[in-house]
Amino acid sequence: MRDLVRAVALFTSLAVPAGALAHAFLDRAIPAVGSKVHGQPAEVTLRFSQPLEPAFSTVTVLDAAGKQVDRMDKRLDRNNASVLRVSLPPLAPGIYRVRWRVLSADTHVSEGDFTFEVAP
Amino acid sequence: MTRKSAIARLCGAALLAAATGSAFAHGFAGKRFFPATLATDDPFVADELSLPTVSRRKTGANGDEPATLETDTSIDFTKRITPNFGIGLGATYVSQKPDDGPTQHGFDNFAANVKYQFYKSDEHEIILSAGVDWDIGNSGAKRIGAEPFSTLTPAIFAGKGFGDLPDSLPYLKPFAVTGSVGVAMPTKSSTTTVADDGTETTTKNPNTLKVGFALQYSLLYLQSFVKDVGLSEPFNRLIPLVEVSLQKPLDGSGPTTGTVNPGVLWAGRYMQFGLEAIIPMNRATGGKNGVLFQIHFFMDDLFPKTIGKPVFGD
Repeated sequence: MRDLVRAVALFTSLAVPAGALAHAFLDRAIPAVGSKVHGQPAEVTLRFSQPLEPAFSTVTVLDAAGKQVDRMDKRLDRNNASVLRVSLPPLAPGIYRVRWRVLSADTHVSEGDFTFEVAP
Repeated sequence: MTRKSAIARLCGAALLAAATGSAFAHGFAGKRFFPATLATDDPFVADELSLPTVSRRKTGANGDEPATLETDTSIDFTKRITPNFGIGLGATYVSQKPDDGPTQHGFDNFAANVKYQFYKSDEHEIILSAGVDWDIGNSGAKRIGAEPFSTLTPAIFAGKGFGDLPDSLPYLKPFAVTGSVGVAMPTKSSTTTVADDGTETTTKNPNTLKVGFALQYSLLYLQSFVKDVGLSEPFNRLIPLVEVSLQKPLDGSGPTTGTVNPGVLWAGRYMQFGLEAIIPMNRATGGKNGVLFQIHFFMDDLFPKTIGKPVFGD
C-alpha cells in the first residue's frame, strides 16, 4: 500500500507542478495572443511555464514591415523569472508580431511568435 | 575581466552549449511540438519511455479460432545515440481470453529498432526519418502466437505541422499530421506446423504494407501562437487526435485491415498521457471496439544531463 502511495505521489509530482513541458512554453501574453488592443500598450509581457535564463532569452516586437519597434530593453520580471518583458513606444494602429526565443533554466530552448493588433 | 564575470561567462557558454543540443530533444520542429502518438510510430528520435502502453480489444472469430479478448501491456524505450540517430527496444505481455478455452498469457516477440532523422525544417514544421524495426523471431511465447520467425520492417516516418499556412487561415495552423509507411518482411515466406495427428498445415507469411498516420489539433499551439482563447490548465495542454493504422498483404492474399483511433493526449512537464478508442475500420478487421492507454515519459527532460541526452554529439 505504501508503494502504491509513493507511486501515485511520484506521478503527481511529475505531472502536475508546472503543468507544462520542461521546454518553456508561453502560458499567457499581454497583449494576448491574437488579440486586438484598444489604447496604447506600454509593454509586452510574456509569462512562460517555467523560469528562464535572462542572458539567452529574447523578445522583439516587429511592425507589419518587419521593423523592430520595441525599446530593446527586454528583461525578466524582478519577482518572477518566468516573466519576460519589453517596453513599447506609442504604436500606430496596425498588426504587430512578437517573436521570442527563450532558454529555460533546465537548458531547453524554445521559440515562437504571435501577433496582436492595435486598433485605430 | 573580473573572476566573477569570467565564471559567469563560462557558465553561460556551458549552458548555451547544452541548450543547443537539447533544443532538438523530443519532437520539435521550430515552434511545433509533435507529441508521441500511441498507434503511429513517431517521426523523430528521442529519449523516451512508454510505460505502460495498454490496449484491450476483443478480436472477431476467425475460422476455428474463437473470438478472443486480448489485453496487451507494453514497454518501449528509445535512446538517442547521436542527436539524429536512435535505437529502441520493446516488449509486450499478452493476455488472451477466448470465448471458449483457457486464458493464455505470455510475452510476444521482443522488438528492436533503429531510426535516423535525416531532415528537419523549423520554418515549415517538417521532420523526416527512416528506420528499421526488427521483430525478433522465436523470442516470445508460442502459446500466445509469437512467430517463430523474425520480421524486418523498413519504414519512412514523417511529421508536418501546418503553422506555415497563410495568416488568413489561423485556426488551421494548430493542425499537424504524422505518419509512417513501411513493408513488414518476414524472414520465412511460409510456416509449417504439424498437428498431433501428423497433419501438416502450411501458412503463408506474405510481405505486408503497413501505413499509419495521426491527424492532431494542438490546443497548445492554438493558445500560444495563434489565439488566446482563454483555455487554462489542463485544457491548454490537450491535443485531440485521430490515428489510423492500416495493413495489407502485398501478395493479395487478404483484404486491407486496420483501426481508427480517436482520442486525446495531454502533455505535462515530464510526461504525457494518452487515451484512445480502437475502432475496427471494416468487417474484415472484425472484432469489437477497444481502448488504448499510455503513460509516456520524456527522458530528455527528466534526466537532461545523464541518460536523457545522446551518447555522442550533444
